[in-house]
Amino acid sequence: MAETTLEHAAPVAPRPPGLRGIAADWSSDQRAFKNVSWGKAMMWIFLLSDTFIFGCFLLSYMTARMSTTVPWPNPSEVFALHLFGSDIPLILIAIMTFVLISSSGTMAMAVNFGYRHDRRKTAVLMLVTAALGATFVGMQAFEWTKLITEGVRPWGNPWGAVQFGSSFFMITGFHGTHVTIGVIFLLITARKVWRGDFEAGARGFFTSRRGQYESVEIMGLYWHFVDLVWVFIFAFFYLW
Amino acid sequence: MVDVTPHGADFIPAAEVAEVELYHPHSWWTRYVFSQDAKVIAIQYAGTALSIGLVALVLSWLMRLKLGFPDTFASISPDMYYQFMTMHGMIMVIYLLTALFLGGFGNYLIPLMVGARDMVFPYVNMLSYWIYLLAVLVLVGSFFAPGGPTGAGWTLYPPQAITSGTPGGQDWGIILMLVSLILFIIGFTMGGLNYVVTVLQGRTRGMTLMRLPLTVWGIFTATVMALLAFPALFVACVMMLFDRAIGSSFFMPAIVEMGANPLPHDGGSPIMFQHLFWFFGHPEVYIVALPAFGIVSDLISTHARKNIFGYRMMVWAIVSIGALSFVVWAHHMYVSGMHPYFGFFFATTTLIIAIPTAIKVYNWVLTLWRGDIHLTIPMLFALSFIVTFVNGGLTGLFLGNVVVDVPLSDTMFVVAHFHMVMGVAPIMVVFGAIYHWYPKITGRMLNEAMGRFHFWVTFIGTYLIFFPMHYVGLVGVPRRYPELGDTAFVPPSVHTLNAFITVAALVVGFAQMVFLFNLLWSIRHGRPAGDNPWRATTLEWQTAGTPPPHGNFGKELPVVYRWAYDYSVPGAPEDFIAQNDPRPLTQGGPA
Repeated sequence: MAETTLEHAAPVAPRPPGLRGIAADWSSDQRAFKNVSWGKAMMWIFLLSDTFIFGCFLLSYMTARMSTTVPWPNPSEVFALHLFGSDIPLILIAIMTFVLISSSGTMAMAVNFGYRHDRRKTAVLMLVTAALGATFVGMQAFEWTKLITEGVRPWGNPWGAVQFGSSFFMITGFHGTHVTIGVIFLLITARKVWRGDFEAGARGFFTSRRGQYESVEIMGLYWHFVDLVWVFIFAFFYLW
Repeated sequence: MVDVTPHGADFIPAAEVAEVELYHPHSWWTRYVFSQDAKVIAIQYAGTALSIGLVALVLSWLMRLKLGFPDTFASISPDMYYQFMTMHGMIMVIYLLTALFLGGFGNYLIPLMVGARDMVFPYVNMLSYWIYLLAVLVLVGSFFAPGGPTGAGWTLYPPQAITSGTPGGQDWGIILMLVSLILFIIGFTMGGLNYVVTVLQGRTRGMTLMRLPLTVWGIFTATVMALLAFPALFVACVMMLFDRAIGSSFFMPAIVEMGANPLPHDGGSPIMFQHLFWFFGHPEVYIVALPAFGIVSDLISTHARKNIFGYRMMVWAIVSIGALSFVVWAHHMYVSGMHPYFGFFFATTTLIIAIPTAIKVYNWVLTLWRGDIHLTIPMLFALSFIVTFVNGGLTGLFLGNVVVDVPLSDTMFVVAHFHMVMGVAPIMVVFGAIYHWYPKITGRMLNEAMGRFHFWVTFIGTYLIFFPMHYVGLVGVPRRYPELGDTAFVPPSVHTLNAFITVAALVVGFAQMVFLFNLLWSIRHGRPAGDNPWRATTLEWQTAGTPPPHGNFGKELPVVYRWAYDYSVPGAPEDFIAQNDPRPLTQGGPA
């Protein structure tokens, strides 16, 4: 990400608070969002677009679930694990959710240490975040395997509406893909932090722009978004 | 003169954004092929879009030949007709118009008009083009796949889109179509993020949002809409791909195919696809129309040598049309059936859109009023846009009402309506814009004689094609029928009209060949244009050279002192004042 804020620029005049400030920003020149770099603005707008994708997926699933004329499989039974001699509903999902939300915590800490230019702690915390993300994907793979062995397919399942399997695989798969992509980019960014690329302003292999610690925060925006989406999937798919 | 910034013309704000380090190409490959320069990417986008658009044009001739002379062209089977129709519609709407307005004009004009060196993320911008090209290649590939391209109609409605009665339904056609659309959306998102962030965060000093040329406003708003509307199409494509490829039942109800063969689907909802598709599909109309609105505003103002009438109103009209277009989608589904209150709601919102649209039309006309109108080729196209757009818009008012739409929906009237309003009208702006900016892109003017021939044949010809089509529709001729045969309710005059329309379509098609030839011929043989042949105010005409060099502007980025529409200012020595002209009107400068 290029440095988009001038280091030696004249300080921006203080803006009036509240709505007048927003109006002042939007009627000013150069930038509508003062002190927001290009990279961050781009990630926010991308996340807005991605919100619409997940929104469409979830709305379609809810439409299918509400309009089906055959019973919808009961989530507390389908997603139960048989542990210690009894069926515990939603135990796996509870652990997965805990893991993913914890990873948001480590990500936030990584961003904090990134801005303090603490290379080692930033990289370690990003690696922990990546490990928690990978754990989440692993548990999702376990859940998929369990459901597939029980006979759930995109075209049918033993308990009811055929849309159950297809919606489940599609939505959790799309989310899992997001987590996987996040893990890959976490590893790449952690490596750059570890090597000191952001200290030295080393140029990106593809973009040839100087790296900087802001990449950690932009990575964090994406990661928190993926977590937030999971909360909605959890609520609408498993708790409904 | 209206300037909507709080400071006087002599105020120069401090730079907030550092000079961008541009990627400098090292070889022929990185300069002309894998270029990160928005201007090169724009030309790549435009070239690809025009090439695939040529395919769609040829397909329309084949369709017209079948409709006009069904006996002579008996070799064009109904299946082929449906394939031509589907590909023609999909290519024209998405791969030509969307890609050309946003990827082509957006890439070329946004950085130049807002005074930036390039897009904010040139590498992502480059990827955007290559993924778009891949999408186009997949689409072209479907012509050569077993079973040919899909013939599902450009709306791809299930269940018929993936059943074996439809061409490509159980072959490769529909799969390649869906994959191509998914690729297009991914590629577009990469470019779209660039356009939006460049307009919001990458402007030069003095360029406030309310000093932007309306071209940028149109492209910007359309891009925001596309980033919010394409997700619905993306989801619909993924779900239909699953239905077709792995047998899920999102859109497929329990259904018997070809009267005998029950399909392994159960409980899906075809209507859900229609909702997803049109939640994309209606904004898509305005994704194509808004850049056209913006560009035509600039063309009219420049060539009538007069400031645009009601600039702020024009901006708010663009923004409110963009917002309203997200709550009208079900007016495409009146015949699918819905609760009467929903029909009432969607008819009302649809008709409300007429208000900001009418504001824009009035403002264009009032800009012309007592202007110093130069009937240059771009101006001719801009004027023809207004006429055509009003024509197509008025029939839109008919079709927006449920009771009028239901009998007309499946007739040629609808075909005539949307070709007028979102086919011919935006294409007129595309032509006008090419004639207007070609001198900046190549340094040479397009040939005048060929241009005027192209304009008059296209303008009159499209009216000869689509005006009679309204009557054909009103007598009840259904659309989507490759031939009418001996049908009792179709009078013989319809067959005559159909043949006439076909001949007109072929003539118009020939004129487009002249245009394409002109594009190539004038690169070498056109009259040298100079830096600012139209004496226009906006920043792209004030660059250090023509065509603009890498980095667009010389050592210093321009500073903007005024809005984009200072034409014929009383007392000024020339009849235009460039946006970066620092001379204040009161101190012996231009005033």
